[in-house]
Amino acid sequence: MTADIAAILAIDGIATGAVYALVAIGTVLIFTVTRVIFIPFGDIAAFTALTLAALDARQLPGTVGLVVVLACMACVMELASLARAGELRAAPKAVLGYLVLPLLAVGIVWLVMRISPPMPIRIVLALLLILPIAPLLDRIVFRPIADASVLLLLTVSVALHFALVGLGLLFFGPEGVRTEPLTSLALDIGDVHVPGQTVLILTAALVFSGLLFLFFDFTLLGKALRATALNRTGARLMGIRPARAGTIAYLLGSLMAGVSGILIAPVNTIFYDSGFLLGLKAFVGAIIGGMISYPGAALGAFGVGILESFASFQSSTLKDVIVFSLLIPVLLWRSLASQHSEEEVEE
Amino acid sequence: MRKILSLTALVAGLSAGLVTASTARADIVVGFVTSLSGPGASIGIPYGRGIQAALEYKGEVNGEKIRLIQLDDGSDPSAATRAARKLIEEEKVDLLIGTATAPSTIAMMAVATELKVPMIAVSPVTGQPNPEDQWGISVPQPASLLVKVVADRMKRDGVKNVGYIGFSDAWGDLVYNGAKAAEAGEGIKVLTNERYARVDTSVTGQILKVLATRPDAVLIGGSGTQGALPLLALADRGFKGKTYGTVALVNPDFVRVGGKAAEGIQVSAGPVIVAEQLPDSHFAKKLALEFRAAYQKANNMPTTDGFSAYSFDGWKIFTTAAERALKTAKPGTAEFHKALRDEILNTRELAGVHAIYNFKAGAYHGVDERALVIVRLVNGAWTYEP
Repeated sequence: MTADIAAILAIDGIATGAVYALVAIGTVLIFTVTRVIFIPFGDIAAFTALTLAALDARQLPGTVGLVVVLACMACVMELASLARAGELRAAPKAVLGYLVLPLLAVGIVWLVMRISPPMPIRIVLALLLILPIAPLLDRIVFRPIADASVLLLLTVSVALHFALVGLGLLFFGPEGVRTEPLTSLALDIGDVHVPGQTVLILTAALVFSGLLFLFFDFTLLGKALRATALNRTGARLMGIRPARAGTIAYLLGSLMAGVSGILIAPVNTIFYDSGFLLGLKAFVGAIIGGMISYPGAALGAFGVGILESFASFQSSTLKDVIVFSLLIPVLLWRSLASQHSEEEVEE
Repeated sequence: MRKILSLTALVAGLSAGLVTASTARADIVVGFVTSLSGPGASIGIPYGRGIQAALEYKGEVNGEKIRLIQLDDGSDPSAATRAARKLIEEEKVDLLIGTATAPSTIAMMAVATELKVPMIAVSPVTGQPNPEDQWGISVPQPASLLVKVVADRMKRDGVKNVGYIGFSDAWGDLVYNGAKAAEAGEGIKVLTNERYARVDTSVTGQILKVLATRPDAVLIGGSGTQGALPLLALADRGFKGKTYGTVALVNPDFVRVGGKAAEGIQVSAGPVIVAEQLPDSHFAKKLALEFRAAYQKANNMPTTDGFSAYSFDGWKIFTTAAERALKTAKPGTAEFHKALRDEILNTRELAGVHAIYNFKAGAYHGVDERALVIVRLVNGAWTYEP
């Protein structure tokens, strides 16, 4: 391996790592606030890419059907649970949040698509369609079992992933897509050629992590989320609703997954089932960060990306074996080094 | 009362059974299984359209009508097994044709062998049958032949050193093994064995490894849309050498995704892919155009793939064998099944739209190099390269 090759591999690894980092940060965000390890996160990223590709082809994406179905289900479930609790006066608010807002997003997309908007607007539309999915899934699947053990939540999350992959095949079809590149500019640093897309991915990852940092440290909402993450009961006593905090975490998380999906779509062909591996590798990154630290998760994800890039050069058949074997020493080190939290002891 | 009723039903059922068993059927019944749903559907649906075209092309043999029964296996081998059993035991079919995925096809072949009904497989089947108890044959060109024809072309193009990159699955293995097997005969050398998965995000590492060995050409062992990924990475790195692949890449989405990077790639494919461009003397030209017309009439759309043509060739093998088998036995009987099997295995120099078929007991495949032509991607269209 020469220095040139090492530089190219490192740049490729950093670009992949940046995409993993966005997903990893989202995974940690949702886990800390709701205790759910949201496996379908990668699927959300893949669905965003597929949605954008459909919009590029001037078609109504399959996501529209998915959002409408999920919104109806979530609304019915919310109304039923309100009726059972005898709080039907809150019904209009529930209908607004779970039915009207998602349908409004679908309506906007449907209207704007009639005037064939330019690329930046299509990206916004794709994100608009993707954002409601995770919060709606949260309402349908996780809210009824919000107080269950982490293990049960994880099992349900895996099941949800398989359901989503099936729905992806139904709504998007078996063929892969690749979208137009966002930029054709390129940088040359010394002898090494850096595509503009890589720079864009890296910038987006840094900007979003930075924004998240500012959000958590300088806004009331961010502090409320952090409080929920630290201690649900305590936060509740302070007047923070964990359910609402969960919805916000899912919204923020799917925004990050959506952005990573849009960034990766021009670099690689995305299939309806591409999300799983993406989510899994981001998850490895998040575990390196101990599932609670954002900078740790981001660093871990970059590490996974770079390791994967070099592994694919050294031995492409064993690439995934190398990446996932990394988990074993990390888990050993983590379990030896960390203190068990109170909540884990309770379980 | 109820007792009398059930007794009557029993008698009626028995006599009905006796009547069916005793009347020799006039028409030939064909059971066709394909994957209309599940991950195999993108191949299974063209297979289904191909069989409709074949029925349109030739709906009777020696005046005996052919009745076609189609079932979906959902790309699931156990569903394919059930479908094959149902077709043989309940519908009393004389022949099985199927299906879109290799595991399901092998599962159906086991049922056909057990119940002694001939079967024509439209997917590649690997391994060797027992010649004493062989009830099935396979229509498509085997992977080793696909690669051998490509290797011949590499030799003609003056290529010595070849880099290989393919899927990390059975298909990637088949193409790599085919290339290794061709090494000695063709004087080429396969330098790398790089692999990637269909859902991988990047192949930069693998491509750098391939390029570090300075190959004259690169062979792609991928399939469909994601087969374009190494080509795009090669173009990024400014690779100027030749690229080769197999028919597995021939798909409209491959051309769309590959764009400029895929231009100039040469693949081995059945002649039906470029039917219009074949010289008039080519065995497949006339029949392929007739197939296209029948396909258009049956499905109301033009053909874009090579898969539907395998169904068509399977049908052609069946009807030709049935003409001879009908002379010795009546459809619906065990004698007819055996005669049909013997005649299928006795196929000699039968021209289809993909190949000239010669079957004999002891091998599933019956095609040779005439079954493949080299086509090159020029301006987004596949062009015949004699």
